[in-house]
Amino acid sequence: MSLLMKPHYPDYSSAPVQHQFSPYADNGGSVVAIAGDDFVVLGADTRLSAGFSIYTRNQNKLFPLSKTTVLGCSGCWCDTLTLTRILKSRMQMYQQEHNKTMSTTACAQMLSTLLYYKRFFPYYISNVLVGLDNEGKGCVYSYDPIGHCEKATYRAGGSAGALLQPLLDNQIGQKNMEIVSSEPLSQEKALAILKDVFISAAERDIYTGDSVFINIITKDGIKEETFELRKD
Amino acid sequence: MNNNFVSKGTLAGGAADCVYWDRVLAKQCRMYELRNRERISVAAASKLMANMVYNYKGMGLSMGMMLAGWDKRGPQLYYVDSEGTRTSGKVFSVGSGSIYAFGVLDSGYKWDLTDEEAYDLGRRAIYHATHRDAYSGGIVRVYHMKETGWVHIDNNDCNDLHYKYQAEKEDLENIVD
Repeated sequence: MSLLMKPHYPDYSSAPVQHQFSPYADNGGSVVAIAGDDFVVLGADTRLSAGFSIYTRNQNKLFPLSKTTVLGCSGCWCDTLTLTRILKSRMQMYQQEHNKTMSTTACAQMLSTLLYYKRFFPYYISNVLVGLDNEGKGCVYSYDPIGHCEKATYRAGGSAGALLQPLLDNQIGQKNMEIVSSEPLSQEKALAILKDVFISAAERDIYTGDSVFINIITKDGIKEETFELRKD
Repeated sequence: MNNNFVSKGTLAGGAADCVYWDRVLAKQCRMYELRNRERISVAAASKLMANMVYNYKGMGLSMGMMLAGWDKRGPQLYYVDSEGTRTSGKVFSVGSGSIYAFGVLDSGYKWDLTDEEAYDLGRRAIYHATHRDAYSGGIVRVYHMKETGWVHIDNNDCNDLHYKYQAEKEDLENIVD
């Protein structure tokens, strides 16, 4: 063998391999909230997935922050865990500093600021915050990942958000309709619509399914409920 | 914004940026007022804003805003954006539909517009922007910045305005015929 001939070690002489850290995962999930005059209902599906695989069929994505405020999260699950942990401790700090529980409106503003704090490396979550305001009226706040906050009476967020919002616009907002009923939305109707839209989402969105975890918030407290969806 | 200003934020991707920095500016203006027992001037407020966002230049902030207010120098209008631009002027429009709005504003603007004429011009400018720009639309809101503070004039759905202006056009054609 000639001395000029170099030995070939494939582990060392192949082209350099680039590794890139990707900090985000999309774990899917949808959140729907509907507010009425003296109540608000919030539902989130319980599927946690990544790509074509399902991590669990039973993951609660609703986080009670106080007796009248609940947060629904979907998107990157690890960011959800971090954010909700920070929120929980901020709620406790407020309680101990001011000797009172934070109002839903104050929670809404705090969440916006917390999200904007990570403007250049955002929490990859779509958040829907619901609760009763100081007058006991139901309210819904929805957020983009960097903290833009909008107050609404109904909202769909998460992987099937774009699929469900037009449905809610029609069924609750009664948008683009000639004859509209003026009677206020009842809790039973809101709950029925919420379940219906989740059935629709589970039909077309692969990241939404298994079951829905529902919170009904009234002045009497938070009532929990589950509702089964298709599991394929 | 809170007191004697109206600040209008428009967005090209950064709704959160506009709302957040507007809140920061509102806080700073209030702090100025408490410290100096005098309201901040529009020039100073707009410069605070411009300097704040200039610190983040190149990092992806996206906002364009107009600061309209009334201080001891009289009525003031400033344009500030996230690139660091800050200019005072008499007519501005901001945002993705601003080019369309400018066309209408420039063709109808004169110094001695009455209040009603000015509301109509502003409304028309926004309407034409909503018509040609896919990112603009919804409700056209009109505010009047007066010496005593801002006054809300009205809200109009741009869809209703469309048929209103269309009817006006047809009426005009009938008179010519």
